[in-house]
Amino acid sequence: MAFGLYSLLEATILCLNAVCILHEERFLAKVGWAVDQHRGFGEEPGVKSQILNLIRSIRTVMRFPLIGVNIATIIFKLLFG
Amino acid sequence: MDIPPDYIPEKSSQKRRPKAAKGQQHQQNFYNDFDMPNQQSQQFAPNFGQQDMFYGGQGSQVFSPAGYGGQMPNFQQFPGQQLLSDPVTNMAMQYGQVLAGQGKDLVNQNIQQYVASSKLKNYFAVDTIYVGKKLGILLFPFTHTDWSVHHSQDEPVAPRYEINAPDLYIPMMAFVTYLLVAGMVLGTQGRFTPEQLGVQASSALVWLIVELLAFSLSLYILNLTTSLRYLDIISYCGYKFVGMTISLLAGVAMSTSVYYGVLAWFCITLAFFLIRTMKVQVTPQQREDGYSKGAKRSLYFVLAVSLAQPLLMWWLTSYIMLS
Repeated sequence: MAFGLYSLLEATILCLNAVCILHEERFLAKVGWAVDQHRGFGEEPGVKSQILNLIRSIRTVMRFPLIGVNIATIIFKLLFG
Repeated sequence: MDIPPDYIPEKSSQKRRPKAAKGQQHQQNFYNDFDMPNQQSQQFAPNFGQQDMFYGGQGSQVFSPAGYGGQMPNFQQFPGQQLLSDPVTNMAMQYGQVLAGQGKDLVNQNIQQYVASSKLKNYFAVDTIYVGKKLGILLFPFTHTDWSVHHSQDEPVAPRYEINAPDLYIPMMAFVTYLLVAGMVLGTQGRFTPEQLGVQASSALVWLIVELLAFSLSLYILNLTTSLRYLDIISYCGYKFVGMTISLLAGVAMSTSVYYGVLAWFCITLAFFLIRTMKVQVTPQQREDGYSKGAKRSLYFVLAVSLAQPLLMWWLTSYIMLS
């Protein structure tokens, strides 16, 4: 019940890690969640394509910062438990 | 190291500064007269402090006409005089002021990117009438008829002039009041420690942030066009603290069943309030066929927001009320 701000931080880091792990070719294509091919201009993107866009952009943006943040968190956890 | 009064300085071989202004004359007169240093300093100096004395000393050492046979004049006692009349010091002061102005602009710009302080100020532009009416609407929204926000030419509407505009004053005050009331209730149950205040505060804040993230994310995923900003969402998610506070007070004043009753009432009213308010603001995309896909999605979104509030109200207060 007593969620602190630090738990929130941990939760977001874990969630972002989970999203970044999803590999484009090995996993998403097999499920059928590859980047949408038939994208018309001016058409309203559906829910699925929005989610896929979101996954792709999180992967692109957060890959390198997440490496640093994960290293920092690991060191922090090792030192302070 | 006082120079005797009848000392006459010899003519120096070095070039003197050209006499620029009256101040210059005054300065040279002042250089010649070392009789009563304290009197002079009382005439001219507001006390500028250590730094300026040092600067005055520096400047004067650099620019003093070396007409005293190489003696170092004792300038530490007359800081104000040097500062006021030395043109290089003037220039430096003006330059420093310009720099400070530029630095302030730079800081303002950078803060504007992240905090949007002008828009933030808008959310606190409330007055007593607005607060009273808004609390009344939160308490009993069923008689309120016009829920649309009248925008005035694209600029954000100050809540003072528009009853339906969201504000941040009520949520913030309600949040603090909720924390205090929660502390009081915990005290009546004997469970209070000062850390509990911090724990409750961070708990409520965490849920607020989670709500904000979830709603922003769903707004993006569902591709809804809306005029809602992040601060608006925070404001709407913060209105539940009003109901929580009042239900906690009622529960501690009377009994637990009264707490349940008041909580249920506020859940219903808040859900109604949010549905009516957000239906106006989360508009579906207008298409030729009239009923676009956006209508159903925006309805789902508004319903989800409105139903999440009672859940959180119950979740946050049940920990406090029921031991």
